[in-house]
Amino acid sequence: MFGLDKKDTTMLLVVAIMALFAPFILNPFPADSAMAQFNAGYPDLMQRFVIFGIFAIGFNILFGLTGYLSFGHAAFLGVGSYSAVWMFKLLSMNVIPAILLSVVMAGLFALLIGFVSLRRSGIYFSILTLAFAQMSFNLAYSVLTPITNGETGLQLTLNDPRVLGVSQTADGSIPVTSLFGLEMRSTYEMHLGPWLFQFNAGYYLSALIMLASFYLAIRIFRSPFGMMLRAVKSNQQRMNYTGLNTRPYTLAAFVISGMYAGLAGGLMASMDPLAGAERMQWTASGEVVLMTILGGAGTLIGPVVGAGFIKYFENIFSKINDNVLHQWFAFMPDGLEDAMVFIVHPFIGKGWHLTLGILFMLVVIFLPGGLVEGGQKIAAWVRKKRNKGSDDTTTKTEPAE
Amino acid sequence: MSNSNVTRRGVLKTGTMVGAGVALPTIFTASSAAAYTNEPTGSSVTLGFNVPQTGPYADEGADELRAYELAVEHLNGGGDGGMMNTFSSKALQGNGILGKKVEFVTGDTQTKSDAARASAKSMIEKDGAVMITGGSSSGVAIAVQGLCQEAGVIFMAGLTHSNDTTGKDKKANGFRHFFNGYMSGAALAPVLKNLYGTDRNAYHLTADYTWGWTQEESIAAATEALGWNTVNKVRTPLAATDFSSYIAPVLNSGADVLVLNHYGGNMVNSLTNAVQFGLREKIVNGKQFEIVVPLYSRLMAKGAGENVKGIHGSTNWHWSLQDEASKAFVKSFGTKYGFPPSQAAHTVYCQTLLYADAAERAGTFNPCGIVEALEGYEFDGLGNGKTLYRAEDHQCFKDVLVVRGKENPTSEFDLLEVVEVTPAAQVTYAADHPMFAGGQLGTCNSGS
Repeated sequence: MFGLDKKDTTMLLVVAIMALFAPFILNPFPADSAMAQFNAGYPDLMQRFVIFGIFAIGFNILFGLTGYLSFGHAAFLGVGSYSAVWMFKLLSMNVIPAILLSVVMAGLFALLIGFVSLRRSGIYFSILTLAFAQMSFNLAYSVLTPITNGETGLQLTLNDPRVLGVSQTADGSIPVTSLFGLEMRSTYEMHLGPWLFQFNAGYYLSALIMLASFYLAIRIFRSPFGMMLRAVKSNQQRMNYTGLNTRPYTLAAFVISGMYAGLAGGLMASMDPLAGAERMQWTASGEVVLMTILGGAGTLIGPVVGAGFIKYFENIFSKINDNVLHQWFAFMPDGLEDAMVFIVHPFIGKGWHLTLGILFMLVVIFLPGGLVEGGQKIAAWVRKKRNKGSDDTTTKTEPAE
Repeated sequence: MSNSNVTRRGVLKTGTMVGAGVALPTIFTASSAAAYTNEPTGSSVTLGFNVPQTGPYADEGADELRAYELAVEHLNGGGDGGMMNTFSSKALQGNGILGKKVEFVTGDTQTKSDAARASAKSMIEKDGAVMITGGSSSGVAIAVQGLCQEAGVIFMAGLTHSNDTTGKDKKANGFRHFFNGYMSGAALAPVLKNLYGTDRNAYHLTADYTWGWTQEESIAAATEALGWNTVNKVRTPLAATDFSSYIAPVLNSGADVLVLNHYGGNMVNSLTNAVQFGLREKIVNGKQFEIVVPLYSRLMAKGAGENVKGIHGSTNWHWSLQDEASKAFVKSFGTKYGFPPSQAAHTVYCQTLLYADAAERAGTFNPCGIVEALEGYEFDGLGNGKTLYRAEDHQCFKDVLVVRGKENPTSEFDLLEVVEVTPAAQVTYAADHPMFAGGQLGTCNSGS
C-alpha cells in the first residue's frame, strides 16, 4: 500500500491507529481517581507529543541516516515559530499559510547554515551548528527585539494589522487560530462513566501532518537517496574515492530535516500563537538529540517514541508535588509516610530532570539501540517463549486471538 | 477468517449501534456544556499555582508556593486565618470558596514563557483549574496572562513589576496586586533627591527583558525630572551570572550613581561585583559614589549579604510593618514555616484571598463575574493600607515602601528598614499615561 512493503505499511497503520485513538490510550484512568495524575490525554500534551514527534523524525533523517550530529536544530524550530506568528499577525489566522511560510523559512535558513557547516564533519560540524543556533538565540533574545519581542516572546495583540480577517473579534478579543473556520482550540469532550476523553481539532490536524511526515520519512529511508545517505554514514571517504560528491546529498538531508523542524515550529505556533526565544536555546537542541537517542537513532519509530517519553516526563512528573505524594502514601503509618515522601521527593516536581537522567543512563547502558531495541528484545523473548510453549503445551497459556 | 459474511444491512446495523453507543453518554452530560471554562461542578474548586521552581527566580517561586499553601489552608478554615481576619471584606467564611473546598495544582514555569504556558495549559485542560496565578517574571506573567485571556480563566499575577503587565499588554482577565516600575520611580525620586541632591550622573545596568526595559524607562524619567543626567543604559542578559565586564566601564564613565535594574539572582551577582570593584568607596565629581536598586526584596538582600548595607530601593511590602494585617500574616506564616514571608509571598497570598473574596461576592466562579467584582474594588487590611483595584487597567494602587539595607541587622531576616512610606496618591498615574499606552484591556472572556 502507498508504495510501501508489508512491514512498513503495518507500522504506518499502527502509528495511525495510535494517533487516532490517542485520547483514549493516554487517558486510561478515571478523571477523579488518584491515578488521574498520570493521564496524558489532554489537548496541549497530545499536541506536543505529535509536534515533537515531527521534530524528532526530521532530526533522525539527518542524524540517523547520515550520522551528522547537529546540535542546533532548535534554531529551525524557532524560525518556524516566529514566521508562523508573523503570518498570524500580518496575513490571516488560518494556519495553512503560517505553516507553509514556516517550512519555507526554516528551509532557507537550513540551506544557509548547512552550506557553511557541512564543510566539516564530526565534532566540528556539531560545534558549528551549535554556534549558529546560539547565535540565532542571542539575535532573537536581544538584538532583533523589534522582530522577536525579545524575552517576552512574540505574541498577538489587539491591534495587529491583519490583511485577511479582523484585528479583533466583535466582543473585543484576539481572534483564534483556525483551519478555514475550524478553531484549533475547539475540543469535543466525551464523558464515559467516570472517564473524560478530549478530542481536540488542533491535535488531529497535528496528528495528520505527523502521519504525512512519517510516511515521507519512510519513503526517504527506503529510497535510493536514503541508501546514499546511509553510505555517507558508513564511509564517506570511500564514497569520495569512487568519484561521488557527497555534499549535495548531505545538504539535501540537512535542509529536509530543517524543514521538518520548521514544520514543527509552525505547528506549535498554530496551536498556541506565541514564539519565545528560549525555543532556540541550546538546551532545546539538546532535547531533540536526547529524544532521538532515547527512542533509537536510525530507526523509524524510535524518535517518535523518544519524543513522547521526554514530553511525558516534562509535563506529568514535573507536576507531582509533595501534597500528591502524601495522598499516595496516606495508607501508611505517619512516620513511614513521611519517610517515603522524603525518599521520592527529589525525583518528582522540579526533580523530573533527575528521573529522566537516570532513565536515559539506563537506556544508553543497557539498550544502546534505544527504547526500540527494548521493544525488539521483548518481542523476541515472547516469540521464543511461544515457540517453546508450542513444543510442550501444558504450562503456557496462549494469548487470546 | 472463513466466515466473514459482511452484508450491507449488517454494516449499517453495527454502525448505528456503535454510533448510538458513543453518543449515549454524551446525551446525559449535554448539560455539562459548561457556562464557562472549567465551571466547578463537584464539591471542590481547583486553583493553579504556576511558579518558577527552577531558574534565576527559583527562591521567590518557592516562597510564593509556601504562601499559596497557607492561603488555601486559611480559605478552607485551617490555621489561624491569617489576613482573612483583618481583611476589610468579610465575605469569606473559612469554608472554601462559595462552599466548595479549595484544591490546588502546582507547576514549574522554569522562568521561561514557553514552559510557563505549557504548564498553565495543562492546569486548565487537564486539572480543570478555574484560576491561574503566580510567576516571578514579567515576561512569564505577560505570556500566561495572554493565555488565560484566550482560555477564559482568571489570571491573578504574582510578582511582576513591569509597566507592560497592566500597560501595553494588559488583559481583561488579568489582575495585578504588585506595584510597578513607574511607582518605584515615583516613590524613589523624592528620597533620592534628599539623599543625593539634584546634580547627579546615573548609569543604568538593566536586565534585558520587558521588566528591565520599563523600569529603566521609569527610573530614568523620574530621576531626570529631578535634574539628574543619565550617562548610559546598558542591557545585560537575564541568564548572566557574572557582571564584572559590565561594571568595569562604569568606573570610567563619569557616572556617580549606578542604578541596578536587576532582580533576584541577577541583582545579587551584579551588586556583589560592583562592591568588589570598589565602586562604593569611590569619589566621582567630588561626590560619594552611590548604588540604587529600584526593586528590592528581602530574599535578594539575604543573597547579597553585607553588600546591601545603606543601599536604597523600593518594595511592595515588608514583614517588619506594624499594622494589624501584616502582623497577622507574618505570625501565621512564621508559625507554619519558621521564618518571615517575602514580598513575593505577601503579594500572592493577597491575590489568592482577593480572588476568593471576589468569587464569594459575585456568587460565581464565572470570570466575567469575578472581573466585575474586582474592577474598581476598594479594600483594606491586607498589609498595604487602603488599596484600589483600578477598573481601567486592573492595577492595584496602594502605598509604596522605600527601604534601605540595614547597617546593623539584628537577625538574618532583619536586613531591610523602611525609610519612607510613599502614599498611594503620590504614585498614582493616569490610565492613559504614555508609559502604559499602546494596549487595550479588551473584554472579559469566560470561554463559553
